[in-house]
Amino acid sequence: MSSAEISTHHDAAHGEHHGPAKGIRRWLFATNHKDIGTMYLVFSLLMFFTGGFMALIIRTELFSPGLQFVHPEFFNQMTTMHALIMVFGAVMPAFVGLANWMIPMMIGAPDMALPRMNNWSFWILPVAFGILLSTLWMPGGAPASGWTMYPPLVLQTGDAFPFLIFSVHLMGFSSIMGAINIIVTIINMRAPNMTLLAMPMFVWTWLITAYLLIAVMPVLAGAVTMLLTDQFFGTSFFLAAGGGDPVMFQHIFWFFGHPEVYIMILPAFGVVSEIIPTFSRKPLFGHDSMVYAASSIAFLSFIVWAHHMFTVGMPLTGQLFFMFATLLIAVPTGVKVFNWVATMWQGAMTFETPMLFSLGFVFLFTIGGFSGLMLAVVPADIQYHDSYFVVAHFHYVLVPGSIFGIMAATYYWLPKWAGHMYNEKLGRIHFWMSAIFVNVTFFPMHFLGLAGMPRRIPDYSTQFADFNSIASVGAIGFGLSQLLFVYIVFRCVRGDGATATAEVWDNPRGLEWTVPSPAPYHTFEEPPEVTDGKAFS
Amino acid sequence: MIQKLCLSALAILFASSAGAEWELNMPRGVTELSAETYNLHMQVFYWCCAIAVVVFGAMIYSLVKHRKAAGAKPANFSHSMTAEMIWTIIPIIILMIMAVPSAETLIKLEDGRKPDLTVVVTGYQWKWHYEYLGEDVAYYSSLARTSVDARRKNSGIDPNTVENYLLDVDNPLVVPVGAKVRVLITSNDVIHAWWVPDLAIKKDAVPGFMNETWFRAELTGVYRGQCAELCGKDHGYMPVVVEVVEPTAFQNWLDSSRPEN
Repeated sequence: MSSAEISTHHDAAHGEHHGPAKGIRRWLFATNHKDIGTMYLVFSLLMFFTGGFMALIIRTELFSPGLQFVHPEFFNQMTTMHALIMVFGAVMPAFVGLANWMIPMMIGAPDMALPRMNNWSFWILPVAFGILLSTLWMPGGAPASGWTMYPPLVLQTGDAFPFLIFSVHLMGFSSIMGAINIIVTIINMRAPNMTLLAMPMFVWTWLITAYLLIAVMPVLAGAVTMLLTDQFFGTSFFLAAGGGDPVMFQHIFWFFGHPEVYIMILPAFGVVSEIIPTFSRKPLFGHDSMVYAASSIAFLSFIVWAHHMFTVGMPLTGQLFFMFATLLIAVPTGVKVFNWVATMWQGAMTFETPMLFSLGFVFLFTIGGFSGLMLAVVPADIQYHDSYFVVAHFHYVLVPGSIFGIMAATYYWLPKWAGHMYNEKLGRIHFWMSAIFVNVTFFPMHFLGLAGMPRRIPDYSTQFADFNSIASVGAIGFGLSQLLFVYIVFRCVRGDGATATAEVWDNPRGLEWTVPSPAPYHTFEEPPEVTDGKAFS
Repeated sequence: MIQKLCLSALAILFASSAGAEWELNMPRGVTELSAETYNLHMQVFYWCCAIAVVVFGAMIYSLVKHRKAAGAKPANFSHSMTAEMIWTIIPIIILMIMAVPSAETLIKLEDGRKPDLTVVVTGYQWKWHYEYLGEDVAYYSSLARTSVDARRKNSGIDPNTVENYLLDVDNPLVVPVGAKVRVLITSNDVIHAWWVPDLAIKKDAVPGFMNETWFRAELTGVYRGQCAELCGKDHGYMPVVVEVVEPTAFQNWLDSSRPEN
């Protein structure tokens, strides 16, 4: 009697185990790494367009000298919100989404180690950004002190202030939980015989990134909590009148902030290190040295923070130390670029969209690296600091750096996720439009900065007019190009392209290509046989 | 395409260095240290160009020659200790070559001893206050009236018709040519930064703290800059103007500026 029941029960449980729940429950209570990965990616795309829209408001106002469209207060709100949304809402969640989708499939694990925490870490984000965006309608407007939230200026924020702090706390919770999950998954759930050094580069760079996140997000939380108590509870951490030091905030912030920039670029390094070997039909050059280089970058990122603060009035020895340490970062970063070039060398390259974005990444990230090298030279940095030269520099490493990395990853793995190919022709058009417009937007900013235009100003002297107009045209072009990206992804997910094979590309390496396309709801319920771990690295 | 675009853009920057045009490149400036800063900037820039030629050259060669469409057959090498040693050690050497002169200039920048004149600069939201230490001369320096009128949203005044739009003030800082001017910088409210590109000076004005920097202008003239640290809604509207004059003219100006006059 009971055996039939048990068997039915078992079947039901079995069925539930194999398919997603129906309707909203599938997403609200999601524990499947693929579902959560998808939610992260969609959320990131929404935030990318939200932050991008704000960037276009900025560029529209800056199209010509004089104030035409917004007031200075609102302009400052836009620069602040644009940065917070792009950093915490677009770039970071996109990489966490990619990690969710790909890390279990790349290491032969059935899912992330902590699926319920995974759900929690995602669903905190819409709340955090809902709160942050709601401040736009509060008395006094949204935060306008720059994403760096320097006191005492940030303490002049209106009603939005505590909401800003709370949303930053929430983003920190989300990042820390995501990072713990990724570390636990990578350390504990690799397929048998996959040694650490045999892991694919994307997994490696994410492991390092996750450690960086755990190390620095609490530091940011501490910094903003001190702002909160300075504002509401009578403390004077950063208020000189009470014996505090405003510059101490900058030290704490950038102790978070500098590793943060590597949090945003290391996973992109990983993506590019997966894609270039595939389309060069050649193994990644110097896999192990790439691991060591990424680890060195991560370590050095903790001892260079004050290069963001060369004008605050530091002792000479401090400035010298931070200059030398910063210059040193060029060495492991150079190793990465040289290794990518060596990977292409004597390969048999083809130029599908993921490869194009990866090549664009290597070219343009390197240009951002060059301006980074220039910024490390303290006397010159005193001229560059807080000018448009800096704006050009970090947009070169973030847009054709991080964002191109995300785009490359999306095109590379989209057929695996959707089971169909995207439209290659449109993909290439998307690449060329993005690559051209990104340069039209950000290259002139180098000149503006060198000529003396400070950042974060709503209006400028007429001598800066020409390059600002060019940059604005580029920005609008870049924004419109991204609509094409949405169209391409939408068409692919809807199933308009050719059916994708399991391998998708020409003999790519990695466990993710051993499962069918689209990847079944559950993969690697039995760990795969990894006889030669190196085969996947 | 993309490389062409970048290279041509780099070429523009390169070409401009010869003429040292204000609009495209960092100004050479009017102090010994601003010229040194400019030279450092150009030196590092040329290193970057050289590295770019090697790296992008290798990459472009590979993109052309090692294409599947060109019939390339993939090699299978995946590491080379020699190559990796070379591209670790050579960058270290280049960085040391960059670091030494940078450190030398930096040490000079930080040596503000024996000034001829000391000015206390205080940042306010949104203007500057200048005080000539021991001279009984102090005044505020705000955005010039012409710019104030034109800067309002939809003011109807074309900024191109305003002379030195957003870069002009009512009362500039006046200093004598050839004198070592020590600048002590602080703030009354939030953090500002006092920046004059031609003097190669940028220093944060931090409330409750006194920062120090110095310059010695070698040419008379009017040098313009702006607040460089976001300080609230009118951050873009607090320019810095420094007028460098002959010593006698400076003395006359100083005497006429004392309150008893």
